[in-house]
Amino acid sequence: MSDGMLATDRSYAESVNNGPLLRVDGLSVDFHTEDGVVHAVSDVSLNVHAGQIVAVVGESGSGKTVTAMSVLRLLPKSAEVMADAIAFRGTDLQAMSPAELRKVRGGPVGMIFQDPMTALNPVMTVGAQVAEAVLLHQRKPDKKAAWARAVELLRLVGVPDPAQRVKQYPHEFSGGMRQRAMIAMAIANDPDLIIADEPTTALDVTIQAQVLALLKKAQAETGAATILITHDLGVVAELADAVVVMYAGRVVETGGVQELFANPRHPYTKGLLASLPRMDVEVDQLDPIPGNPPNMADPPAGCAFHPRCPLARARCETERPLLRDVGAGRRSACHFSEELA
Amino acid sequence: MAAFLVRRLSINVLVFFLITIAIFALVHKTPGDPIAMQIPADQLNSSSAEFIAQKRAELGLDQSLPVQYWHWLTNALQGNLGVSLLNGRPVTEVLGERIGPTVELMGVGLLISLLIAFPLGILAARRRNSWLDYGATVVSLGSVSIPVFFVALIVIYVFTLKFQWFPSSGISDPTNPSLLNTLHHLVLPAVILGFGNSGPFMRYVRSSMITELGADYVRTANAKGAPPTRVVLRHAFRNSLIPVLTVIAANLPQLLAGAVVIEQVFAWPGMGQLAVSAVNQHDYSVIVGFALLIAILVLVSNLLADVLYTVVDPRVRLR
Repeated sequence: MSDGMLATDRSYAESVNNGPLLRVDGLSVDFHTEDGVVHAVSDVSLNVHAGQIVAVVGESGSGKTVTAMSVLRLLPKSAEVMADAIAFRGTDLQAMSPAELRKVRGGPVGMIFQDPMTALNPVMTVGAQVAEAVLLHQRKPDKKAAWARAVELLRLVGVPDPAQRVKQYPHEFSGGMRQRAMIAMAIANDPDLIIADEPTTALDVTIQAQVLALLKKAQAETGAATILITHDLGVVAELADAVVVMYAGRVVETGGVQELFANPRHPYTKGLLASLPRMDVEVDQLDPIPGNPPNMADPPAGCAFHPRCPLARARCETERPLLRDVGAGRRSACHFSEELA
Repeated sequence: MAAFLVRRLSINVLVFFLITIAIFALVHKTPGDPIAMQIPADQLNSSSAEFIAQKRAELGLDQSLPVQYWHWLTNALQGNLGVSLLNGRPVTEVLGERIGPTVELMGVGLLISLLIAFPLGILAARRRNSWLDYGATVVSLGSVSIPVFFVALIVIYVFTLKFQWFPSSGISDPTNPSLLNTLHHLVLPAVILGFGNSGPFMRYVRSSMITELGADYVRTANAKGAPPTRVVLRHAFRNSLIPVLTVIAANLPQLLAGAVVIEQVFAWPGMGQLAVSAVNQHDYSVIVGFALLIAILVLVSNLLADVLYTVVDPRVRLR
């Protein structure tokens, strides 16, 4: 085994003992557009521990996908990423050379994207694309072994008749089957972290449950920690250990999934939960949050949520609340979070 | 695929007939008379008028246009395009000996244009709005907007007259007709033809690559840890070929048009040179034969584009 591998093993051991598997600290992402600078993500911090499933929740445009993409530097060049640290197993990914980063991409960190219709290359067979994920991380590239592994992976994610279907093109796969192939690519090299960006959003409702069950199974078998980007609180309740709620590019609340669902400490989280249909409580009608998410090119002053907030008062319009501990390992960014306790 | 080809071919045959009618009518309605053309103006008198009438009758030119067309068509379908009005040689033979040099010039010219367009287009797409991109834009604009004959004259002045590196006339040295010598003669005309056609190709490669490089599957390939060359060439490039191939196939007739001019400038003994002299001398049957070849080229290149689609894009199944 090479020295490089030993070094990674050591840092892996350290990360298990001393800190989180992934630590994102003070992440901000700006997009430079013709209409000026858009602060898509501001000062986001989150930790993911080995084996943990962390859900990042928020409406469209809340910055959750941008946060996830910044980890492996997958944003377009128009994005300016600034962070105090994006550390994986104790190593800062920002300081890595492109070649070093490529070893992490698809290796110890696997990604699953939102839309399996466009995330697969239409002119390459599914097998070639899964095998490529294997091939790129083999120490000695072996095409035959990579193809055999591709068949094995597709079998693992529940693609029927994988030996035949590796030869098919993405358009010959259904949406659910394509997402299974995406998952196969993400777990190809036995990752320690899977970043799944809205993995079920583009799928039929009936297929969503199957793919979720598969994600759960893949997570259980590989023991990989998972960042699950979603706007579906049902999915969060089903899978996640911890939740990070984002609004207008900032983290507004974090906490364990049970505590957060039982007793939200931010009015936005509370609003999200109230707008969810429930089986256990009888309600006359659903309570959507009034208004729309803010325009990120021109966000409201003070607390970005104040125009839609039932608790809002004068202070909220001028002073942006900081994320602070509200007890039991939970954090909330609301001036009046005590009122929700 | 077979059903598609049969249907497309039958449509093409119909189009082809319409084209022959148009060509035939247009050529025969052009002012001027091929027989009178060969008699010096000061010798035109009543006896020569009689001679002309006699000649016209011999060649069937005195009959009505539909009758002439019918004769021509029935012969053409049997592979007989008539004889040259100038020297009586069969048109197929006259054209046949000219096809080789033209195909050679067009083929090498196309190759050169692609060798310019693909690397430049891909690089411009990858470094959008860089100096390289702007430079490539200037080059491609130049290739489109500077007339071929003008470029040809400059090139001849520099490389033939000044430096004497390349010959600028003919297909080979009659005393030394080796392959190397032919290639030496081919350099200037082929490079000029290639350069003239590279501009539009490059623009299409660039814009197609920009679209593909922004696609989701490119991000997937990056997320798998693929190196940039692999992402660009294996993933984005193959997808970008889909629209570009159509453009290339549709541009083949354009390439021939360029070749006609270049053959004239470089005394290249191809079809273009033949066509120009045939037009000047009202050699109807040769003009019609040449126009026919162009029509076939256009129809075949469109068909080729459709078939190539299925090769590069597995989603397209021809029905």
